[in-house]
Formats: sequence, structure tokens, C-alpha cells
Amino acid sequence: MLKKCALGVAAIAFAGSLAAEAVAEDSMFIPLLSYRTGPFAGSGIPVANGMYDYLAMLNERDGGVGGVKIVVEECETGYDTQKGVECYEGTKGKSPLVYNPYSTGITLQLIPKASVDKIPVLSMAYGLSAAAEGGVFPWVFNPPDTYWDGASGVIKHIGDMEGGLENLNGKKIGYIFLDAGYGREPIPLLEELATEYGFELLKYPVPGKEMQNQSSQWLNVRRDRPDYMVMWGWGAMNPTAIKEAIKIRYPMDKFIGIWWSGGDDDARAGGEGAKGYKAMNFHGVGAEYPALQDIQKLVVDAGKGHTEDGKIGEALYNRGVYNSVLMAEAIRTAQEMTGKTVIDASDMRMGLENLEITAERWKEIGLEGFAPPIKLSCGDHSGHHMMYVSQWDGEKWVPASDWFEPMTDKVQPLLQAAAAEYAEKNAPWPERTEPCAGDS
Amino acid sequence: MLYREAGQFKTTYEADQAMFPIAQDRIGVLVILAIALVIPLAASDFVIASIMIPFLIFALATIGLNILTGYAGQLSLGTGAFMGVGAYACYKLTTIFPDVNIVILVLISGLFSAGIGIVFGLPSLRIKGLYLAVTTLAAQFFLEWCFIRIPWLYNYNNSGAIEVPERTGFGGFVLAGPASPPITRYYVVLGIVIVMTLLVKNIIRGRIGRTWMMIRDMDIAAELIGVRPLAAKLSAFAVSSYICGVAGAMLVFFWLGAAEPSAFAITLSFQILFMAILGGLGSLIGCFFGAAFIWVLPVLLRTGLPSIGIEIGAETVEHVSRMIVGALIIFFLIVEPHGLARLWQILKEKLRVWPFPYA
Repeated sequence: MLKKCALGVAAIAFAGSLAAEAVAEDSMFIPLLSYRTGPFAGSGIPVANGMYDYLAMLNERDGGVGGVKIVVEECETGYDTQKGVECYEGTKGKSPLVYNPYSTGITLQLIPKASVDKIPVLSMAYGLSAAAEGGVFPWVFNPPDTYWDGASGVIKHIGDMEGGLENLNGKKIGYIFLDAGYGREPIPLLEELATEYGFELLKYPVPGKEMQNQSSQWLNVRRDRPDYMVMWGWGAMNPTAIKEAIKIRYPMDKFIGIWWSGGDDDARAGGEGAKGYKAMNFHGVGAEYPALQDIQKLVVDAGKGHTEDGKIGEALYNRGVYNSVLMAEAIRTAQEMTGKTVIDASDMRMGLENLEITAERWKEIGLEGFAPPIKLSCGDHSGHHMMYVSQWDGEKWVPASDWFEPMTDKVQPLLQAAAAEYAEKNAPWPERTEPCAGDS
Repeated sequence: MLYREAGQFKTTYEADQAMFPIAQDRIGVLVILAIALVIPLAASDFVIASIMIPFLIFALATIGLNILTGYAGQLSLGTGAFMGVGAYACYKLTTIFPDVNIVILVLISGLFSAGIGIVFGLPSLRIKGLYLAVTTLAAQFFLEWCFIRIPWLYNYNNSGAIEVPERTGFGGFVLAGPASPPITRYYVVLGIVIVMTLLVKNIIRGRIGRTWMMIRDMDIAAELIGVRPLAAKLSAFAVSSYICGVAGAMLVFFWLGAAEPSAFAITLSFQILFMAILGGLGSLIGCFFGAAFIWVLPVLLRTGLPSIGIEIGAETVEHVSRMIVGALIIFFLIVEPHGLARLWQILKEKLRVWPFPYA
């Protein structure tokens, strides 16, 4: 009995040993947990393309970073947490430098593993807000802003529109969100700000499998008549929400999405009616930057990568580029600090922690004016950087505000408290043993 | 010829009623157990953590569903939710009693799942077949709603997810949590799955299992010869949910490390149901076949296709492996509607008379 099964097990063991082959010494390995399938593919594809293309362009133009090629391998997660963990387990044997989970659910899974496996997690402007506390989460990075920074920025913008934060008293602000770790993340901050400024927070959760059917939520919106709507959506949820908002004739300039709800295809789905819809952003859009032109020339026109013509410069594509810039610059920082050309994951952690991209550096890499200067530190893995509000003009995103700071003074104490609470709930949480730069 | 039982005489009742009456079967089981025990020494962490551990856990969950659907004939679509009850119960227990060995808590958490299973099994006394499937579907949605909407269940975490804290036991081994090595978790899972499988095997061979099968085959006749439907159906729900609950707790504590409510969605119920149907309803070995087919095959395709030198994008691998698995499911169900277990049985019959075409 069961001999067939034994054979099968042997075959599995064999296949596994094949999968664990090592990457050549003179390259650095970065796995991309991407999703080009499933209901979140609409947002996942441009981000994955942007990340892949920038690294591919560096390989083509400069021969990688510091002369070392970067080996990029995509692993399809479908935004599914189990598959994401499988991708992680499957690639961590190939000495990856850093993981970009691109899903708050997967990030939450990887955070405890990161400090054990000693591989940094770069959850760029998503994931656990409290992970900005470098003292508690030495291996997790979420620059340039946390979700709580984003939420405080949205409230600040609403305050500007009302002529001052004190005028928020008595207003109703609706919050429509994907009912998962992602959408729930900013709620503590929004509730805190609601009590502070006296506005009423109305919550409209959208379950993951009901993303494309939001009529009941928007029926409630029509009944409650909130003064402003804030959205934390992703994937197929965004275009659906925008279409529903148009259908109930909600004033689009009072409908503000987080940066992940600001894709070109999201807004375009609403057609003419989507004009005026706003979304947060922390980098420039458009393809005029020299680095993006290089991508067009060396990657897209050369027939490499997946990007379709005309997609370069869209908001989510540029976000993927931004993410890869952070990685490339962190590698460069780590190379300078260690003197090595081929760095490993713990060097990468140091590189991320000491990451600094000045305005001059942005210019050097061909992205002048793309984003404000970035600086991370030992204690602050996010940095509360500047952001702006962008608005859909019917064809593209245009800035609707100047660059402004989030409410750092409100967010920071909450971050510290949340990090301490996380460590306590997950006791015994490992103490930070990694020295800060300069201490070692 | 190799697989021939001629000459194996049973001289006692014990020998005749043994779990594996044929010597070749006993040898086969021992060989498989030996392989299962030494596999971690040869295999990489990926094989253990992403193939073997989930395979064993899914096989156990399939056994749980098979008791209810395959042996007692009560169709259920609530498996994922019952697994979730086990997982959340275990999470609450281990945060309330952090010093108790996690393995004991995993086994206790199955009891909560069993209790919930009995409650949702009550309608089975009056309704059957597809109608019962609808009430278990209601259980699935109701329980999933609870996982999302009752913050007490996930200790008011902002993320709404349950995260596994580090737990040690059995003399300092790290059994659960991010620092736990896959080998340790594998042996714990293997131990639980072996013990549970043996227990279930004996329950099914005994009086209780026979009452389940009588209810399945014809409930009126069963009632007339003295089987109480109340006890038989509810015990099937209880045992099934217990096993699913234990599997769900293991899913989070020994495999994923953290789980959002969506981990226990209806897709999980369907996944387990497909494993049971494809492996063979009413067969324990079929549960392992089904779990291997639905879980291991796609993983092998995903990692195997690129490693044999076929250069295709990650998303194409995903599409291709879905198509291959889908086609294979259709193929196997056409070739043998009773599942892989029946194919295995036919193979054994053939082996028995080999090299002759008939006995």
C-alpha cells in the first residue's frame, strides 16, 4: 500500500533540491512578489512593470548598481497571502537582498519572519504603520510615509479646503475601505483625529469578495451625506468606487483616495464624470524624466519587460519606479558603507537604514523634481516625508496642492505606542541587536 | 505476484481484524513512515515549509471533511469556517494561557470547533443533500463574518489578523512563531496527523463508523435496525469539525504564522471539498492523494516549470499551472469518478493477479 505515494514524495524532494539552486556570486538577487492575475491585477501590473523596468534599465545602462548586475525574479502572488508566503519560502534560499510584498496581508506575515531570517522587508508606503519604529522593527522599512501619515495628510487637505482644521468640527467624513488589513490600518489614526477635531467618522467597509459590487455601501453614503469621502481601495475596488460615486453624483473634488487609489486606469474607468477626483501622491507623474526616457529606450523599445507603450509615466508605474529607486539607492549606500560590491541582506538593511536621497542625487539619477529628498535613520524607518494631492483632469493626474508635511506631531506618538503594543502582543518580541551606523 | 496475499494465514481473531491484514501493506506503511521521518534530513526548507507541512495539514482537514461527507453522507461547505474556529480558538487560548504547551492547545481548540459543528449540524436531522449544503454554507458566511466583526477574537489588533507568538515546548524546542525551524514544525504536524489518522481509521472500522455509513447508505433502514440518527449525525459533525478545527489551528500555528479572516473563506472550503472528491469520498488514503494532487502539484508546476529551463513569466506559470491542474482534475474524474483512491484500489487488484490478466 502507498508505494505510489512514496515515489511521489521522492519526486517532490528532488524537485525541491532543483528549486534551491544558488545564484551566481557576481550578481545580487531581488525577488519581486508581484501580481498580474486576479482581481488586484489592475493595480498590480503597472507597479510590477515599473519596478521591473527600472532595475532592468540599470542593468542595461550601468551594468547594475556599482557594476554588479541585479537578478530580478518575479513570483506571482495573486495578492493571496498564502501564495505570498510560499513565494517567500521559495526564494529566501537564494540569498535575496530585500522583499517587496506589495500586500499589507503578506507584509504582516513577513514582519516577524524578517528579523529571524535577517532579510529586510521594504513595504513602501504600505504595510504596518508602526513598523516605522526602527528600534522595534530593525528589519522593516516603510518609506517615504506610513498610512497614518497619509491619513493625516488627507485630513489636513480637507482642513485646507474648509479654511482651517478647526472648521472640521461637526463635519461628517466618510471612510470607504477594503475590509482587510490594508483598509483597517489607518482607522486608529482617523479615530484619534476625529475626536481631536470634532468631526464624525463614518465607516463603509467593502469586503474583499464584494469589491466589484459596492452599491449597498454607496446607498448608505447617499443616505448619510458625508461632507467628504476618503478611500483606501486597491485593485478592482478603485474603479468600482469611482463609478459608484459618479452614479450617486457625489462631488468628486470632495472624494479623496490614498496614493494606492490613484491609478490612471482607476480614474479613467469613471470617464468624464471622474474629473476632479483626488488622490494623494508622493512622487511625480509623466514620462519626461531622463531616467524614464532611458527605460523607454533601453527596456520598452528593446522589447524587454512587459510594459505596453504609453504606460510609462502613469501614477502607479512611476510608483513602481520609485520603489526600485529606493532599492537601488540603498544598495549603493550599502556598497559605499561596506566597501563591498556584492552586498548581502544585512548590508542591505544597513543601506536602507542610512538611505539618503538628496535633491542633487535625484538629479544625478535622472529624476530631478520627481520626489522630495528622502532620509531614513536608525530610529525612523519611514521619515514622514512630504506629499501632495493630485487631481484627475479627465486624462491625467495634475497636482492640486503644494508639497506639504503630514501631521508628524500627531502621528509620531501613535506610532511609538503602536510599536510598543505590537511588541507586547507578540511577546517575546526580539530586542534590537543590530547596531546603528556609527556605533559599530 | 509481488502483491499476493496467498499463504498469509490468519490464526487469531486479532490478526484477522488488524488494521493492515496484508503483510505487504504493513511493509508499505512502514516504508512510508520511514520516508516521512527522514525526508527533512534530505529536503530543503522550502520543501518542508511550503510543500510537506501544508500537504499534511490539508490531508488532515480532508480527512475531517471526508468523515462528514464521505462516511456519514452529509454534504458540507463549511469546512473553511470550522478550520477558522479552531485557529481562532487556539489563538485565544494561547494568548490567555501563554505557558501551556501549544500542541495541547491545538488539540483542545478542536473541541470548540466540534461544539460549533454540532450546533450547525442540528439542521441535518431534518434536511438532506443540497439543502444541508446550503445551511453549512450559511455557517461558513456567519462564522467568517464573526472573524471579521468580533474584534475580541483577534485581541483588537488593528490589522484584524491573528499573529502567532513564539511558543516553546517539549524541552526547549521552538514549536511555533517566526523563529521556529520548519523541521520542528514538520515533526509536530506529522505526529499529530499520524495519531489522528490512526484514531480515525479505528473509529471508522468500529461501531461508530459503521453507524455513519449506515446513515449514509439509507437512513430509514438504519433507523429501523436501531441506529439513532441524532447521535450518528451529530457525532459525525462533532468528529469532523474537531479534526477540521485541529487542522485549522495547525494551518495558522505551524504553517502560515499569521492569518487574516480571508484565509478561512469559502475558497478554502471548496479547496478541501475538491481534495475529498478527487481523492475519493469514503477513503482515508484518498485524502492524502487528494491533498497531494490539489496542493503539491501546482507548487511543483510553479517551481518546476522554470527550473527545467522553460523561460516564461511568473504570471504565465500561474496561468499554465491552473490550466494543467484543471485539465487533470477533469481527466481523472472522467477516468475514475470515484477518485484517486479507487484508481489505487484497481491497481492493487491488478497487482494481485499480475502477471496474469485475471485470477
